[in-house]
Amino acid sequence: MYGLPLLSLAIWIPIAFGVLVLATGSDRNAHAARVLALIGAFLGFLVTLPIYAGFSTELGGFQYVQKLEWIGHFNVNYHLGIDGISLLLLLLNSFTTVLVVIAGWEVIQQRVAQYMASFLILSGLMNGVFCALDGLLFYVFFEATLIPMFIIIGVWGGPRRVYASLKFFLYTLLGSLLALVALIYLYFVSGGSFSLLDFYDTPLTLTAQILIFLAFFMAFAVKVPMWPVHTWLPDAHVEAPTGGSVVLAAIMLKLGGYGFIRLSMPIVPDASHALAGFMIFLSLVAVVYIGLVALVQTDMKKLIAYSSISHMGFVTLGLFIFNPQGMQGAVIQMISHGFISGALFLCVGVLYDRMHSRNIADYGGVVNTMPVFAAFFMLFAMTNAGLPGTSGFVGEFLVIMGAMQANFWYAFLAATTLIFGAAYTLWMYKRVIFGAVANSHVAQLKDINLREFAILAILAVAVLVMGVWPHPFTDVMHTAVNDILSHVMHSKIPVAQQ
Amino acid sequence: MQYIQPLWPAYAELFLLGMACLILIVDLFLRDENRGVTYLLTQFTLAGCAVITWAYSSGEPDHTFSGMFVGDLMADVLKLITYFGVMATLVYARDYISLRGMFRGEFFTLTLFATLGLMVMISANHLLTLYLGLELLSLSLYAMVSLQRDSTRATEAAMKYFVLGALASGMLLYGMSMIYGATGTLETTRIFSTISDDGARNVVLVFGLVFVVAGIGFKLGAAPFHMWLPDVYHGAPTAVTLFIGSVPKLAAFAFVIRILVQALGVDEIQGHWQQMLAVMAVLSLIVGNITAIAQTNIKRMLAYSTISHMGFLLIGILAGGLNGYASGMFYVVAYVLMSLGAFGMIMLLSRQGFEAENLDDFKGLNQRSPWHAFLMLLLMFSMAGVPPTVGFYAKFAVLQAVVEAGHVWLAVIAVIFSLVGAFYYLRVVKLMYFDDATDTALITPRGDAQVLLSVNGLAVLAFGIFPQPLMALCGSAILASL
Repeated sequence: MYGLPLLSLAIWIPIAFGVLVLATGSDRNAHAARVLALIGAFLGFLVTLPIYAGFSTELGGFQYVQKLEWIGHFNVNYHLGIDGISLLLLLLNSFTTVLVVIAGWEVIQQRVAQYMASFLILSGLMNGVFCALDGLLFYVFFEATLIPMFIIIGVWGGPRRVYASLKFFLYTLLGSLLALVALIYLYFVSGGSFSLLDFYDTPLTLTAQILIFLAFFMAFAVKVPMWPVHTWLPDAHVEAPTGGSVVLAAIMLKLGGYGFIRLSMPIVPDASHALAGFMIFLSLVAVVYIGLVALVQTDMKKLIAYSSISHMGFVTLGLFIFNPQGMQGAVIQMISHGFISGALFLCVGVLYDRMHSRNIADYGGVVNTMPVFAAFFMLFAMTNAGLPGTSGFVGEFLVIMGAMQANFWYAFLAATTLIFGAAYTLWMYKRVIFGAVANSHVAQLKDINLREFAILAILAVAVLVMGVWPHPFTDVMHTAVNDILSHVMHSKIPVAQQ
Repeated sequence: MQYIQPLWPAYAELFLLGMACLILIVDLFLRDENRGVTYLLTQFTLAGCAVITWAYSSGEPDHTFSGMFVGDLMADVLKLITYFGVMATLVYARDYISLRGMFRGEFFTLTLFATLGLMVMISANHLLTLYLGLELLSLSLYAMVSLQRDSTRATEAAMKYFVLGALASGMLLYGMSMIYGATGTLETTRIFSTISDDGARNVVLVFGLVFVVAGIGFKLGAAPFHMWLPDVYHGAPTAVTLFIGSVPKLAAFAFVIRILVQALGVDEIQGHWQQMLAVMAVLSLIVGNITAIAQTNIKRMLAYSTISHMGFLLIGILAGGLNGYASGMFYVVAYVLMSLGAFGMIMLLSRQGFEAENLDDFKGLNQRSPWHAFLMLLLMFSMAGVPPTVGFYAKFAVLQAVVEAGHVWLAVIAVIFSLVGAFYYLRVVKLMYFDDATDTALITPRGDAQVLLSVNGLAVLAFGIFPQPLMALCGSAILASL
């Protein structure tokens, strides 16, 4: 199993194929570009399967570790390794990439090669973030994802794409630059190493911890995104092409939550505890307030975007109550949200491709013309609302259970999402799908084709399996969650200061 | 004291001088259609210099001309990069200048003399040698800026450059004379030993330092001595802007190291100039990045971007220590690589009677030529400091050095203003990728310029993915030379 550097393959296969796809050049070779992209995405997904199969659920620490010298001058290493949490995200990412490539198959007709290549390169870079065990390597992958995403939103996006892409880029850059300063500071404190594992054992004073926490917070909170730095997300989502929205919601947002898990919590545990109240407050604001904001949206994509923010509030809430249920729930929520938001954006994409409108008011009675589609959309809407038996329920339930152990009111406020979530999702569903046929455009709609059916069916199976039998997911991350929690419970303030 | 020292550390300079004089004469006998010979001879001269410098590089500091001139590893590395930079400049410029009637002997001989000035500055071990190199460079540049005699803008730029440059040289000379008054010597290493033996309470010395730093600020183009820079960049023909905007920064870096570190790097004095550089660095970051946003001319925009890059460079230098200087050197090398590419691209897009110098000329470049757009994308992201490009590691190394020196606040200011800076680089990317082309002329550069530009752009990426060799080289060059 250790013969092949599987993690490196998972990172570099999509990137290499991205470059190949780019080389096919102009739109005359569009078909070649599409096929090549699909092969690349599929191979990228294939290599993650043996990683999952060979992953030991018993072993603590990191597996599939690979370490090569990269920048000797600063003692930076090409150091990869995964635990259960990264494994799940790795799988989710590689899986989503295949769907995104298929989803853009016919819809994208301009600059196909560049479109496909951007997604493949983006996918490889995000795998890199999930595998990196070296602070600088993490940062390089983390930052480099901005470039393809910037291009994706800006080139294939909607009317206000320029504004949205700039906002996206500058928001996220501000956060990560401060995180860079924090990483450099940690390099000196830890005695000249960028290894995350060394950072975990570095004693730090509470003041230093809080400053580092805030710097990381800037980087990751923007990515999550947490209230009040969430405003880039609705803009970016609305303007991005369907594939962009899917990747943005399904994977990019996870970089934030993953950053909290991998960097903030183990490196600065005392600051995490000291600022947990603040984090929980922001998370609850996201859950409740953004849930209400979602209720009044008239644009479907915007509604799903706000719903994403509200659901990501659950992730940060689950993380900062520091118990196993909460953290497991948070990770499950990340994965499940990846499937659900991806599916919902694809559903909106299906409608948008036919009607070129995302306005709820332009629809009505779609069920009469697209019954199969309506059934799928129903399932995903229910999942988004957290219906038991679907993946949406598992994560939310675990987080609420964890929150209950910490404080009744946290759980109470978090549970309101079950009401708001159901309200905004189902109300939108009702207005779009049910009722009389709203206009002649709706009357002419064609139901989904085989390609769309395949994508939605795969996702439907995923959310149902995860909802009914979450064991394979919770099983692999069990040890990782305990590892992280043991780091967080262990104070790092130097003894003399305590 | 050895009176007759071997001249070999200066062989490359002597070769260049001889060849420049030869080319000057040969060119007189050439017809216009054979002007290519001058071009080839110039390229040959530079390549010859590279071979000589490479062959005679010993790694240890060697002095000649009674200790006025030094050949050390830092000098060798910087000179080699200078030759390649100038060669690249000429390749990029060839089409541009021949379309604008500047493909004449003067352009090449002036370039060679300017290069000689750069080399002398890089290898100077004596304040007068430094000054000599600087003046040789400056006078050649004044003439090059005004080479397009009919252009009022170029003439105005040359005038401004000359007046302000002369003022700065005067200040520098004044400062040097005070340093001489305080220490009794002009040789950098001896200034250092004199100050460290006698202590540095001398008011005259600090007074002289202020003038020297002001002169340096002017030559680097750091705020508040930056006023000439946008006008000269804008007014000069792009080929000359390319020259001014790239390789002289290498010599300016050497200049700072020779005078501030090697001569005045004594602890007490160092504290003084570090403070001055800190003020200049912060001002440069603010002025450069914020003013660049308002520019619509890409040459002016890059001029302000240069100012902000110089701010970053100064931060590296003021961080001090081997790491600080090495980071500064890495930064300046990375900067030269990026600015060569960026100005090269501007020239590539220009054609007969058309200067691609407005930001809008980059509109829809991705539709016209995806490859050029991609190269420019790499260059812009590199200038903005986004990984995985060399610009990121340059900024990273500087931040690393300044945090090590304990000035975390400077690092925070630097990153905040690089965020501001990211905006205007992104705007170029936005124009190239998001907007539709208004100009549909085909881009047909010469083959060699095209290949070189591709290599240049990809080097920005390659050094970003594998920065180690270049970083190690800068580290050992600084280590061997201080």
